[in-house]
Amino acid sequence: MKVNDLIKKDLFKVINEGSDTDREIGKVFCCDLLSIAMGKAPAACCWVTVMGNINTLAVATLTDAAVLILAENAALDDAALNKAKEQGVTVLSSADPIFDTALKVYESL
Amino acid sequence: MGENIEFKYTVENGEFQRAGEASSDVKQKLKAMGVDPSIVRKVAIAMYEGEVNMVIHANGGEITVTVDPDKIKMVLDDVGPGIPDVEKAMEPGFSTADDNVRSLGFGAGMGLPNMKKNSDNINIDTTPGKGTKITMEVDLKEA
Ligand SMILES: Nc1ncnc2c1ncn2[C@@H]1O[C@H](COP(=O)(O)OP(=O)(O)O)[C@@H](O)[C@H]1O
Ligand SMILES: [Mg+2]
Repeated sequence: MKVNDLIKKDLFKVINEGSDTDREIGKVFCCDLLSIAMGKAPAACCWVTVMGNINTLAVATLTDAAVLILAENAALDDAALNKAKEQGVTVLSSADPIFDTALKVYESL
Repeated sequence: MGENIEFKYTVENGEFQRAGEASSDVKQKLKAMGVDPSIVRKVAIAMYEGEVNMVIHANGGEITVTVDPDKIKMVLDDVGPGIPDVEKAMEPGFSTADDNVRSLGFGAGMGLPNMKKNSDNINIDTTPGKGTKITMEVDLKEA
């Protein structure tokens, strides 16, 4: 499933539509500790987290995640939103907890 | 790519908000040069970990990235406190990061191991009280 297919499913709120929504989504990856995400996030993953600071965006960009989903309606601060726009990262948001959010993605892959 | 290409960055002290800018820039440049995405990813991850370390442990520093025909070389040079026991610092989970750093999701002691994992060659030259110079190389040929 491509990022734009996930967006079209309307399961999640779109916070920022990135520059490469034609990308295929690989694994679903859940982690809130950036140190660990940095080492373990697979390329092209759908990363689900509640951590919405600017460093989350840096990690998403540098590990080459396909899409970032903020669970629990976790907020993205302004600096982080600007970074998402600047780096063309697709960011979605979900009211559900991490597991339920990830499961929704997994079931639609 | 006949000639070597060099990029230089200054990483500012305490600029945690900006940590990752140099790595993101290198990533974009390598991508534009047509370097294989899996290699770009290795460079980006290794360099970011080093960049973050400079910000949280060493009052900033200088990063020089050189692209030559067979490898990408990153030199991270700082005049921070140095690393007293490199072997220990390389152990997964070892960290001297403070609570502020941890509250931002960093400081799990996975940075140096991740730098090692994502580079084909790493050398740490450090003197307590003087600074640290980390050289990492990522091979281009296996692409
Ligand atoms: N550039 C540096 N200058 C001084 N100390 C460093 C530097 N890089 C790493 N260290 C030391 O090595 C430890 C382990 O580094 P790392 O594996 O990146 O974990 P973390 O950054 O999460 O603490 C750090 O906690 C710090 O004590
Ligand atoms: Mg570190």
